[in-house]
Amino acid sequence: MFAYSVRRIFSLIPVLLGLSLIVFFMIRAIPGDPAQVILGQLATKDAIADLTRELGLDQPWYVQYFTYLGGLLTGDLGESLRTKSAISSEIWPYLAATMELSFVAMLIAIVIGVNAGIVSAWFQNSWFDYGAMVFALIGVSMPIFWLGLMEQWLFAINLDILPTSGREEVRNPVDAITNFYIIDTLIQGRTDQFVEVLKHLVLPAMALATIPMAIIARITRSTMLEVMRSDFIRTARAKGLSMFWVVYKHSLKNAIIPVLTIIGLQTGLLLGGAILTETIFSWPGIGRYIYEAINYRDYPVIQSGILIIALIFVLINLVVDLLYAAIDPRIKYR
Amino acid sequence: MKRRFGLMFFAFILILSLGLAGCNNESGGKKTGGESGSDGGSSSGGTLVFGRGGDSTSLDPAVTTEGEAFKVTKNIYETLIEFGEQDTEIHPGLAESWEESEDGLKHTLKLRKGVKFHDGTDFNAEAVVFNFERWKAGNKEQFYYYNSQFGDVIKEVKAVDEHTVEFTLNRILAPFYKNLAMSPFGIASPAAIEKHGDKFIENPVGTGPFKFKEWKRNDRVTLVKNEDYWEEGLPKLDEVIFRVIPENSARLNALNTGEVDIIDGVNFSDVEAIEGNADLQTFYRPSLNVAYLGLNNERGPMKDKKVRQALNYAVNKQALIDAFYAGAAEPAKNPMPKSVAGYNDEVEGYEYNPEKAKELLKEAGFEEGFEMELWAMPVARPYMPDGKKVAEALQKDFAEVGVKAKIVSYEWATYLEKARMGEADTFLLGWTGDNGDADNFLYVLLDQDNIDSNNYARYANQEVHDLFIKAQSTNDQAEREKLYKEAQLLIKEDAPWIPLVHSEPALAGRADVTGFKAHPTGSDLLATVEFKK
Repeated sequence: MFAYSVRRIFSLIPVLLGLSLIVFFMIRAIPGDPAQVILGQLATKDAIADLTRELGLDQPWYVQYFTYLGGLLTGDLGESLRTKSAISSEIWPYLAATMELSFVAMLIAIVIGVNAGIVSAWFQNSWFDYGAMVFALIGVSMPIFWLGLMEQWLFAINLDILPTSGREEVRNPVDAITNFYIIDTLIQGRTDQFVEVLKHLVLPAMALATIPMAIIARITRSTMLEVMRSDFIRTARAKGLSMFWVVYKHSLKNAIIPVLTIIGLQTGLLLGGAILTETIFSWPGIGRYIYEAINYRDYPVIQSGILIIALIFVLINLVVDLLYAAIDPRIKYR
Repeated sequence: MKRRFGLMFFAFILILSLGLAGCNNESGGKKTGGESGSDGGSSSGGTLVFGRGGDSTSLDPAVTTEGEAFKVTKNIYETLIEFGEQDTEIHPGLAESWEESEDGLKHTLKLRKGVKFHDGTDFNAEAVVFNFERWKAGNKEQFYYYNSQFGDVIKEVKAVDEHTVEFTLNRILAPFYKNLAMSPFGIASPAAIEKHGDKFIENPVGTGPFKFKEWKRNDRVTLVKNEDYWEEGLPKLDEVIFRVIPENSARLNALNTGEVDIIDGVNFSDVEAIEGNADLQTFYRPSLNVAYLGLNNERGPMKDKKVRQALNYAVNKQALIDAFYAGAAEPAKNPMPKSVAGYNDEVEGYEYNPEKAKELLKEAGFEEGFEMELWAMPVARPYMPDGKKVAEALQKDFAEVGVKAKIVSYEWATYLEKARMGEADTFLLGWTGDNGDADNFLYVLLDQDNIDSNNYARYANQEVHDLFIKAQSTNDQAEREKLYKEAQLLIKEDAPWIPLVHSEPALAGRADVTGFKAHPTGSDLLATVEFKK
């Protein structure tokens, strides 16, 4: 198991290297020159030429790439063209904001999704089953944009119980320590702020959780149905075990592998949804950071941002793979 | 499976705690952060939250060109000359009085006494010299505005005594004082510039009514009251927070709940709902902009003046205003708005007259019309709330006279680049003035010197060019106005564009906000803003 983990971690290096190369060229293939973007309507020929030189974008591509790569090896993610500051020093708060949001969203998606799937399978063809699956269908096809604005309209404006945007009550700002505000407020014993932070999390997390929740519910239901039709379940029932234990212990254990895969994939995909959610709810996270960077052709930020997201993605996959082995002893890695 | 129940339990607690939180909720309209341990001082003025669409890229106004940056720095820094409350007339700022020499090459400014920077150092003539030396010595694109507005005009800046500064120019620069009033030329503390070096863009120190406290990128900038501000009784507020809420509808939602107190970038389509809500009020920014359809004077049928005039007659501007600007705009006939000195009101704009348009097209040999591309802006701007829709309306107008317009759009950066290179037949664009001087509209947008730069229509007319240059090189305001008026007549005749509208961008605020005056340049001073008790 340990050797396998180490091997898996090392195999990430060529993946990330290849990725850095692809991203490097892809963003340079986007039309639109960073100097033009930065200067906007004030661009003149001379100003653009000067700025291009200043930004080091007049160098040949391979020089630019190897400079970037050399920086990466020393932990230097480059410098934002727009803010002129080191990306490694400015990226953490964004990353933390997105991780906090994604974590809560995934928690909601898993708890509700898995349970809805189980109950649907247990009471197959009941009203709950139909209701849950119709709901899941709507959830999958709901545009986050619309859902987010509707949530704001309902919970914030009409019911006035939740805030519309941001991570905190700005008139009573949180002192960031780790930049995970749930943790920061608890450390400082600021229960008033802790409650505020949770309140700010609800709407964006719900919006972000909708799609994975629906997908997880559907997958859980179908795999559970399959497992529950198998012989050993009939045996367990025949032995007189209560249905609850049969479902939640024996069946779930055997049905959980595909569900785990989906959870892993969805967690990675969450970052895509995060861009929209973060825009609607003004959540200062990595999705918006990269989105803004793309708008501004801030090459170094796009490169490093995507690289970090890719790293998270492969790490999640790694964790999922290792979980397989832990859950199902038949899966043996040599 | 124990762990899963643990998770379930945690989630249950989470939902429960939220439910409880919902019960004892006091809605977000809390103005004074009494228990939040705000920075001492008298806490009577409260905290104003200003919601806007984008973050600042820099808090040093000298190194940026972005309006979002100036919105903040306007309140931290002051300039030698100030614009009027809601116009671009020149008033005393950090300089109390000024005089110029006979030949217009020497300007002597008397500085305000007893002013201190936020770091406690004295504001004096040396500080002014230090700032100008810094901008002069820097490279061109770092101090973009200094180079575009002053270039190599300023020969020397000298401290005559503690409170007198003397500028010596290489040649006459007509908008000299108007330029000095622009946000990028806010005077910064020399000590702070030296202390922070590269990090000065995140540690601004000026003399303004508010001091910098905190900047959380992409989220908020927090400013606090400058207790030692030189003007007695100002600022009224204890704290100002500029919050980024990118999406227009979401920004309005946040205003509705009281999470923010003022928002800019209001959709014109939302104005009616805001005005019907007793908790809210609207503000209009006096117009200092123009939206236009540029006609590429070097391409196809647009080379012909008659065709350009025909297209001008084909457009129903009032319909655009009613449909997309909620009436908050004036039809445009000149390339600059009325508030700019030198505006020629005697110019007779092209009225909406499709018949006349057809006639002119026939004269030009396009009786059957022709096909062209019409480029639509992909982004919303104060002068152009919805480029695609405006383009569709124009497409319809042109179809009436037999011209088939194909609507094309690119991502914003690409759009600007291609348009600048002259790849568009016709394109929507606009301009918001920097200093309210005619030169900043006419010369920048329509002089032959600026083809491949801001003259996207690639309009070249030697006579017009001569008028612009003459107007740049005299300080006699009456003479300048005369020259610009003449130029506008020629431009109208040549019809390089279809000037569409001058919009009054809308802002909105909570009903208890008073003393807010939206400034035409887009940078609002918040010193006089307060909450009604």
